[in-house]
Amino acid sequence: MPPEATGIAPRASDEGPVRFAEPWHAQVLAIANGLAEAGLFSRSDWAAALGAALRRAEAAGGPDDDATYYAAALAALEGLVAERSPEAGGSLEGRVEAWRRAYLRTPHGKPVELSAGLEADDADEDVSLRGA
Amino acid sequence: MSGHDSHTIAHIHEELHSHLPPEPALRVKALESLLVEKGMLDPATVDAWIEVFTEEIGPKRGAAVVARAWTDPDFKARLLADGTAAITELGFDGWAGGHLKVVENTPDVHNLIVCTLCSCYPHSVLGIPPNWYKTAAYRARAVRDPRGVLAEFGEDVPESVAIRVWDSTAELRYMVLPERPAGTEGWDAAELADLVTRNAMIGTARDLTPGKGEAG
Repeated sequence: MPPEATGIAPRASDEGPVRFAEPWHAQVLAIANGLAEAGLFSRSDWAAALGAALRRAEAAGGPDDDATYYAAALAALEGLVAERSPEAGGSLEGRVEAWRRAYLRTPHGKPVELSAGLEADDADEDVSLRGA
Repeated sequence: MSGHDSHTIAHIHEELHSHLPPEPALRVKALESLLVEKGMLDPATVDAWIEVFTEEIGPKRGAAVVARAWTDPDFKARLLADGTAAITELGFDGWAGGHLKVVENTPDVHNLIVCTLCSCYPHSVLGIPPNWYKTAAYRARAVRDPRGVLAEFGEDVPESVAIRVWDSTAELRYMVLPERPAGTEGWDAAELADLVTRNAMIGTARDLTPGKGEAG
């Protein structure tokens, strides 16, 4: 099935080829597309969830731009995953923190591996890396 | 396969390894790794999607469909009767379970497409929707004030022309078949396709007269 089969596609620049402002903008929709292809939810489910997230963002007064749109897409994706797979949804926050630790513990320029962040450590002292 | 924007893909990957990402990027990374680990997501489909959409598939496909319809009346009849089936004649896949409906502009009717819910769009023929298509302003005003929206796009549609607005869904997408402009008699399909703009197939442009759009 070609990627466009699920009908999930990015916002684009008005002219020329697509330029994602942030890499995660591309990834959030690519993941949504992959889950739709895998059957976790349908195109209609995705459209409904994204539409609802966009309405919430509008109601909250968010600017009508890419940042608001992709934040809504992420919220919609997280919501659908949690709804369809409570196990995956329930593991997400822990996984976010594990990746955060992995990034902070990995020296700049080295590949970041999840294994580096799996063990919690209150003595994370790598704050200096943020400014490196 | 050729022409992948491998630099863009490499950049996307590189970005994720260079420093602590912003919070939403971290969440996406976590979600992806979790889903892949649980066997719920095939990472190859994620990469394939990024490749396709950083390459931009459209709207040249849609322009080829329009040019063919302008030069082949039988194809045009099939296109208007069943857009999903007709575009397969040009080698363009529809998408499973979704349908394409092509709506024709005439001297008396102008068509405009929108997705009031979110961002449904005929990707298989038009590629990537422009930013404005997904804005709340367009989604709301295309229905409430289509003539005003068209004026902002530089199209002053006379009151004598009826404007029809088509609201796309995940299951049914629309594409506008613009009017073939005067002065293009004898042009071949390739020359005609070069005249057809994405906005004309969305309906935010109407007049494709050669040279008209180049000034603005």
